[in-house]
Amino acid sequence: MEGPVPAGEIPIISVENLEHRYGDFKAVDGISFSVKKGEIFSFLGPNGAGKSTAINVLITLLSLQNGKALIAGHDVSTDPQKVRESIGIVFQDITLDRDMTVWETLEFHGRLYEMPVKERRDRIEELLKLVQLDAKRDELTKKLSGGMKRRLEIARGLMTRPKVLFLDEPTIGLDPQTRMRMWEYIRGVNREGTTIFLTTHYMDEADQLSDRISIVDHGKIVITGTPWELKNTLGQDLVYLETGDNARAQQLLGPIPAVREIKEKSKGIVLMVNEDGTRVLPGIIDTLRGAGIVISTINLKKPTMDDVFVFYTGRDIRDEGQAPARGGFLRAGRH
Amino acid sequence: MQYGFLTIYWRDMIRFVRFKTLLISSLLQPALWLAFFGIAMASNFDAMMAGVPVSGGAQAVGYLTFMGCGIIAMTTLFTSLFSGIVILFDKNWGLMREILASPVSRNHIIIGLALSGVTKSFIQAVIIMGFGVLIGAAFFAGFTPLHILVGIAGVLAFVAMFALGFLFLSAAIAISMESPEGLQGIMTLLTMPIFFASNALYPINNFPEFLQVISSYNPMTLLINGIRYYTIGPDFYALGHHYSFTQADILFSFLGLVVFAAIMFALAWWRFRRAVVT
Repeated sequence: MEGPVPAGEIPIISVENLEHRYGDFKAVDGISFSVKKGEIFSFLGPNGAGKSTAINVLITLLSLQNGKALIAGHDVSTDPQKVRESIGIVFQDITLDRDMTVWETLEFHGRLYEMPVKERRDRIEELLKLVQLDAKRDELTKKLSGGMKRRLEIARGLMTRPKVLFLDEPTIGLDPQTRMRMWEYIRGVNREGTTIFLTTHYMDEADQLSDRISIVDHGKIVITGTPWELKNTLGQDLVYLETGDNARAQQLLGPIPAVREIKEKSKGIVLMVNEDGTRVLPGIIDTLRGAGIVISTINLKKPTMDDVFVFYTGRDIRDEGQAPARGGFLRAGRH
Repeated sequence: MQYGFLTIYWRDMIRFVRFKTLLISSLLQPALWLAFFGIAMASNFDAMMAGVPVSGGAQAVGYLTFMGCGIIAMTTLFTSLFSGIVILFDKNWGLMREILASPVSRNHIIIGLALSGVTKSFIQAVIIMGFGVLIGAAFFAGFTPLHILVGIAGVLAFVAMFALGFLFLSAAIAISMESPEGLQGIMTLLTMPIFFASNALYPINNFPEFLQVISSYNPMTLLINGIRYYTIGPDFYALGHHYSFTQADILFSFLGLVVFAAIMFALAWWRFRRAVVT
């Protein structure tokens, strides 16, 4: 599913066989991907999947151990200085000086990158408006709410008009409304032409925000595609059944042409169907009735990103207690 | 990256003047040492020393003046050593990632922090000298105005070199550590021997021999030699001991501090190059 880059278009990020070890532990285990100019591209995976390590190598905070990574045409390992000048970063944890004002935070960043005074000051005004912190310019950052801090960090990441903005878990710890608004800001930034690379462990964030997603698990990319493509790999619909005899039901339903695959769950089974589920359902019910199997529960739905994630990683991200609950048929029983 | 260090300097000075409590207490603390410990000890020592004859026409210097020089050094030591804490906070909860991921070179980070540290020590040194004179320390007694200016410049040159050494040391330790508590522990451990195995509060000449050797090469002693030379003069009596410095002695002390600062810079440079903050 790795989207081939159209001929003539040079990807703004291209990574080949990136590996990173901490001692014996392979945090990043040979990943390859490319991001097109203007895209919003996500790494979706649980904490500890290697997302942050990969991003830290790309932004030159960790040295590249193995593989190749180019950002805006600059090699991460041989030309880190050029890479640093082409990117903006919003770190996973808040990295603000609590005792500097909003304006000083941006001014400091502009000075770090040696922006000329005029350009720097103009840019600050522009960004304060963009992230709606205009009225808070002289507040100390410790007085800001979580969402405002994040917005300030995004503004800071954009100070130097970077070609790529890296966002490591941009909405972690924010309340639902603030998250939605943050997505709006990120989309707005993207519309203005900045390529966005983000890592997240929130299904809905990856789903709603990204043009393309790579699901990352155990340091590897499991699959890459648009949200639509990823969901479609599970078929058009999912049918969940609880019956008097799940094992027999599985045997009987397997041969139906529209049924692509059947997954066993703790109490029932999930059928991935290639056709419109509403049309397959009567056949399924007839088959089971005919064999004398009692159906106690039946449900039909479209595959969600949760389902995709569980299907490809074999586990439920929520088992780690990190993401807001959202229904998914393919979710495994508690293990 | 030509002016990266100025950015680091700018930001550190913002913080310095922003924390009013910290600012005032850091200026008040040495003054309190002088006012309480200084006057208390001076009234005792000066009474004890009253009958001791001073030979050869050298001037006798009161204890307050003598230890006032030590307090300038002590303040510089504390301010410099503890300045690393901001690095640790930046590393754990602040801007260090932003700075390290920016095009600013790591030397500039060290130099910027060092410059702001030196600025703070200058302010403190000048205030202590002023306050000392106010409460009766005989700094620059009998000096011509030009001589006083040279004296102040000399003190600041010594303070700067000494401060740099300990700022670099502090930065090197801070960037290598994880917890502020641990850093505080190490710093407290370091200040003890450096402060007490020096001539800040008393002459070192009656120390046991091994301690005398350590003390005379202690950067703190080198600094205080310089401060006394420039605030009191090359030849004086204090606590029954005759102090006399030749220009060569003072040059040696200064070069000692230069070497110390250079070694500490190398240490900090090495630690910063290896620093990974993710």
